[in-house]
Amino acid sequence: MSRRRRAAALPTPVALLFILPAAALFAVFVLYPMATALTYSLFSWRGTAQDAFVGLDNFVALFTTEPYATQLPRAFGHNALLFAGAMVVQNSLGLLLAYVLHRRGRLRRLFQVLYTMPYLVSPLVVGYLWSLLLSPLFGPVNAALRAVGLDAVAQPWLGDPDTALWVVVLVTAWQWVGFPLLVYGAALGALDPTLEEAAMLDGASSRQRFWHVTLPLLTPVIGTVSVLTFIFSMEAFPIPYALGGSSGSPAGATDVMSLLFYRTAFHSGASNAIGISSAVAIVLFVVIVGVSVAFTRWFRRVERRLT
Amino acid sequence: MRRAAVGTLLWGYAAVALLPLLVMVWNSFRTDQELVVEPLGLPHSPSLDAYREAWVEASFSTYFVNSVLVTTVSVVLSTAVSLLAAYALARSRSRLMAVIEQVFVSGLMMPVFLMIVPIFYLLDTIGLASTRTGLILVYSAVSIPFSVFVLATFLRQLPDELEDAARIDGAGPLRTFWSVLLPLVRPAVATVVVFRFVPIWNDFFYPLILVRDRTQYTLPVGLTTFFGEYQTSWSTLFAGLVIATLPLVVLFLVATRQIVAGLTAGMGR
Repeated sequence: MSRRRRAAALPTPVALLFILPAAALFAVFVLYPMATALTYSLFSWRGTAQDAFVGLDNFVALFTTEPYATQLPRAFGHNALLFAGAMVVQNSLGLLLAYVLHRRGRLRRLFQVLYTMPYLVSPLVVGYLWSLLLSPLFGPVNAALRAVGLDAVAQPWLGDPDTALWVVVLVTAWQWVGFPLLVYGAALGALDPTLEEAAMLDGASSRQRFWHVTLPLLTPVIGTVSVLTFIFSMEAFPIPYALGGSSGSPAGATDVMSLLFYRTAFHSGASNAIGISSAVAIVLFVVIVGVSVAFTRWFRRVERRLT
Repeated sequence: MRRAAVGTLLWGYAAVALLPLLVMVWNSFRTDQELVVEPLGLPHSPSLDAYREAWVEASFSTYFVNSVLVTTVSVVLSTAVSLLAAYALARSRSRLMAVIEQVFVSGLMMPVFLMIVPIFYLLDTIGLASTRTGLILVYSAVSIPFSVFVLATFLRQLPDELEDAARIDGAGPLRTFWSVLLPLVRPAVATVVVFRFVPIWNDFFYPLILVRDRTQYTLPVGLTTFFGEYQTSWSTLFAGLVIATLPLVVLFLVATRQIVAGLTAGMGR
């Protein structure tokens, strides 16, 4: 405790009074739902009425009965693909643009603002906008492809199960690229420029300087961005919803965990919808927390080896 | 890298980032027929018909008012309670307070999918199902972790001599908070307001599940029914998207600095 903090310390009763409104709101609308949610998955339900305690039966049902046994791994695989796609497309592009912009003093701010614009638009609006732009009837994307002679490439992007999920990856990357861009930009600005100058004096090419000096120094930030990207990819909801609807059309090609949860909880009509959907939410939560923690630990080890 | 290649990359990606948004705006001023005949065209004789249809017939006026109301009240309420709490957390030495702060901050990792069903039944039980009030209370509560975290961090960096002086002059804690602290924390409050306004304005998950009554819909959830009903009225769809985005453009123009600074706050080391 610092000396100056002690000087202004509030008496605890007064402090509690100041905290009360926030604590009350938080307890009722966050803590209470969180605590009850954990129990929901351990009971069977008849509609909205809690039935018997069933232990882990809901989880067993989730992995062994249809349609969940097919849809859960499929949706999870799609989330994993969204993550891989985001790492390859969005984060690499963000790093590349940040690195290039870092050496450009004058126009850096302008480009940062331009690239960040899609990030501020609602993801739902972004999804719907691209569904219109990619329309086979009047979509400007196909029209532009035809205009430059690429007729063969023009196709119903969202109607084809082979391309639909890639559209989700690219649209998500289009919206989110500003995030890695700004984070890497800030990290590059904080690096010690003398390291790169030393490498330059030693005769390292610009490519060598990037791979052997700059990139290793960015490792901690790359780790943070990767974990956040993982969490966002696992919780992806508005963009897949806008592009493929709640069933993940076409033919479940864009189905993800959040949509599976939403359908199970609110549109399945099954009498045990609450029990099963709570199990889906817990599985998702455990995966997110487990992988994030494991990944962070692993990354710390890699980081120590590099430095 | 060659300078020309770098320039091409930068301007090329600027076009990729911006063109879709520009297409959204100018297509909203064209008619459906123009859109089919000339998918790549510009508006020749700009028409506001699409906006009239979206605003009046597709009830965007209702959704818009609901969104403004829900977002504004949620942001004001959550910022006010968070500021009071952050003040207490930053200026108290009690162990209990440290524990409470941990509980608040742990909410930054809130599993929303896990909480949504219980919240749904909770609102039902207290008679707030499908109301804007219910939505406001939920948004305010889920905003607390972020707001408390940012505000408490900021308050800890403020020197407290001014507060001591106020106390010596006989001001109580509430008076000190109001007259001394509030003017000082304005930059942090601005950050919190901007950073809660954007996600709440854009959020579609909570109202999709918690609100069933169409007269209470906010813009994003209104958009989902609208896209089902106006499937073939394309320019109206573009106009709806523009209406949902416009307030954020205004916010962006007013607060660019906060947004760019805040996006990177706490990142890197």
